[in-house]
Amino acid sequence: MSKETNTTAYKAKKKKITVGDISFNIINYAVFIIFTIICIYPFYYLIINTISSNDLSNNGVINFLPRKLQFENYKQVFKLSGLSAAATISLGRVVIGTLCTTLASAFLGFMFSQQKMWMRKFWYRFMCITMYFNAGLIPMYIIMLNLHLNNSFWVYILPAIVSPFNIILVKTYIESISSSLQEAAEIDGAGIVTIFVRIMLPISKPILATIAIFSAVGQWNSFQDTLIYITDQKLYSLQYLLYKYINEASTLANVMKSNGGAAGLANLATKQTATSIKMTVSVIVVFPILMVYPFAQRYFTTGIMIGSVKG
Amino acid sequence: MDKAITAPKAKSKKRKAKDQSFKYFLLVAPFLVLVFIFSYLPLYGWSYAFFDYRPPLKLSQCEFVGWKWFKYLFGNPMQIKQLINVLKNTFAMSGLGILTSVLPLAFAVFLNEIKCKWFKKLVQTLTTIPNFISWILVYSVAFSLFSSSGMVNHVLQDLGITTDAIKFLESDSHTWITMMLWGLWKGLGWGAIMYLAALAGADQEQYEAARVDGAGRFKLMWHITVPQLLPTYFVLLMMSIANFLSNGMEQYFIFSNSFNMQHIQVLDLYIYKISMGSASFSLGTALSMMKSIISVTLLWVVNTLSKVFRGESII
Repeated sequence: MSKETNTTAYKAKKKKITVGDISFNIINYAVFIIFTIICIYPFYYLIINTISSNDLSNNGVINFLPRKLQFENYKQVFKLSGLSAAATISLGRVVIGTLCTTLASAFLGFMFSQQKMWMRKFWYRFMCITMYFNAGLIPMYIIMLNLHLNNSFWVYILPAIVSPFNIILVKTYIESISSSLQEAAEIDGAGIVTIFVRIMLPISKPILATIAIFSAVGQWNSFQDTLIYITDQKLYSLQYLLYKYINEASTLANVMKSNGGAAGLANLATKQTATSIKMTVSVIVVFPILMVYPFAQRYFTTGIMIGSVKG
Repeated sequence: MDKAITAPKAKSKKRKAKDQSFKYFLLVAPFLVLVFIFSYLPLYGWSYAFFDYRPPLKLSQCEFVGWKWFKYLFGNPMQIKQLINVLKNTFAMSGLGILTSVLPLAFAVFLNEIKCKWFKKLVQTLTTIPNFISWILVYSVAFSLFSSSGMVNHVLQDLGITTDAIKFLESDSHTWITMMLWGLWKGLGWGAIMYLAALAGADQEQYEAARVDGAGRFKLMWHITVPQLLPTYFVLLMMSIANFLSNGMEQYFIFSNSFNMQHIQVLDLYIYKISMGSASFSLGTALSMMKSIISVTLLWVVNTLSKVFRGESII
């Protein structure tokens, strides 16, 4: 009863909209609209410029709408030497890396939730504490050299397999579920691995999805490991290739020369320029993120929430 | 009689439990080996800081030089000057980061005032996208918009505001501020998500009660919304103080060029340049070693402070 009167009073109050309220709302909306446009426009700009005629794009007239549509840029860029190899490497590290990290995080998170493990607390600390220190660039580099991981695809995968933060996420998640399921399975005689595969993997799907997405984005975007450990061009990732294109005019000039034959005769509208190649490769690199993003967004939020609860 | 039967049984049960607990350990052991190799073993590499290490040689073939590299860092005026410059940049970037850390909070508080649900969601979705692209792509974006033949210069020239292209990227004017702005462009929306998530579960009754009492909008925001977010803010602030020396190198590495090096070279980038650029492995190791030790100390101090004042540790 009293609650009802409260809400009506509140509704009555809400109906009185003051000038202050209106101007606040207008300014508030305007600021958010402007900031959102600033966040999004650059991507739009890249996309419309890669699908518009290259001579118009070079003159800087494509700012809002694409004009004289053409898709020659994309066709040509995929012929660039190195690009499809780099795309394969990037895809490969996303798939394999994500799979390894997610499964390992699931398994370790589950195992560390088992009270019975021998010296569990010690090993858990042993692993978690590595989040807070870092030996540094050179010591890491020397380890990779000694393990012959430099110039190897596995340098992208192995160091990322055990990720303490993800393991904490899974452990927290599993501990929040009642343990009766596991006990029931144990009574039925199921071993620990069976329990993990049959019960825990399906149950922790939401948190694993979050980890998988973060890890996939991380693998796709990673650049520093290629920079430091890789000199073999066959193992370049897309990000690193883009970096080369942007920063080393000579790389691009070489690429264009080797691609020259037909492109040299092409007309201005579809002729590749340094800028058009940079932009097109950028769009190719950003495209998967933009595509996956709307579906993945809710998992990002879940992840960060669980992370913050852990504190 | 009874005891005699149960005793051996209990013993075998105990033994079985012990076997099982060891089996669990064996299952995770391979992963612990990975942790050891990639996180602990590199610490042994700190010994390189005390040698004059030259790459093709083995460490045992190199000369032991003791504290030479540490002394060298503070030894001659030139070196000191450079180190001070690097630290200045590091402190400036981290300091600006801490100063602007209230912005995500403000973003969340003001977005929370918007009642239109789809608009709120749209803003949230679109403003977090930049967080998920790499710094190389950010630079690529920066390049296509701000290079001398980029969009901004074209527009400025078309409008007759400038006649010559402004060199936004190849100049050293306001480097710190520019880097901060790119950081905000990339991270502001994402930084707000945690606060927004915290607000989503907020208790609405408090607002209604305060409204009935005649509290205006700003009072509600200041006295109800903000206090709910302060604990999260505090933890993040502590973490950023602990990470004061680590700006990461990617952003600065990619945006750096010969024009802005004076103001963009942060500690992480400096270590990279010394180590990989001029191949002074030992000097680079000495630097990262000092950085790691200071960082861990900072984290410990901050954590202790947090325990004393909030009764909660942050790690």
